[in-house]
Amino acid sequence: MSEAAAKKIRPRYLSLQALIFEIRLPLPGWVSILHRVSGALLFVAMVWLLWMLDRSLASEAGFDAVKRYAGLWPVKLSLLVLVWAYCHHFCAGIRFLFLDLDKGVDRETARATSVIVLVVSLALAAWLGVLLW
Amino acid sequence: MSRVVVGAHYGLRDWLAQRITAALMALYTVVVLWAILAGPALTYARWQELFAAGWMRVATLLFAASLAWHAWVGVRDILMDYIKPDGLRLALQVLVLLTIAAYLGWTIQILWR
Repeated sequence: MSEAAAKKIRPRYLSLQALIFEIRLPLPGWVSILHRVSGALLFVAMVWLLWMLDRSLASEAGFDAVKRYAGLWPVKLSLLVLVWAYCHHFCAGIRFLFLDLDKGVDRETARATSVIVLVVSLALAAWLGVLLW
Repeated sequence: MSRVVVGAHYGLRDWLAQRITAALMALYTVVVLWAILAGPALTYARWQELFAAGWMRVATLLFAASLAWHAWVGVRDILMDYIKPDGLRLALQVLVLLTIAAYLGWTIQILWR
């Protein structure tokens, strides 16, 4: 190990402010941070989704109530965001699995696959949104 | 070159577990989505029947268990990256673990009521 490398402070932590305002994030970076955001969102929303699953399976009246509830526009919009979060987490996750296997790590491929992930997850979310409503 | 390794050596196991559980959940997602979308319009009878099937209950339980481990590794990583004070991070990690346990218990209750 060279002396210069040894002196570098690792790991280097970046503040949230720096991440948001100072750094121009390349597309693979967006896929990565959105993977985190979507994962955190799904974890927090789990209580709400489980509640709806619980009600919808409890009785026919519960099922109809959840159906009506899911038809309200703020609920519909929130569910659509969660559907997107799931699709993004899914697609980006597959991309990361390939990266773990050392596939697609060169710059051009990494950029291309991150565009694919962003576009496909949006398209999937739109498709599922149309199917569900 | 010798390395000094510290910690409880759970890094690789959790890293691997996160990926294996991800693959399991992806498979479940595709199968269940297909089961829901392939048939006629969703009614209570169809919905109830789907979750009454033995394979579906077991698959959903496996999904929930995978999700519990997967989410624990993920949320723990996020907390380790952004929450610097040790006490606060520990408290949040305990809160997350309790939440995950509650989610899992609730899922079992929903599946076998």
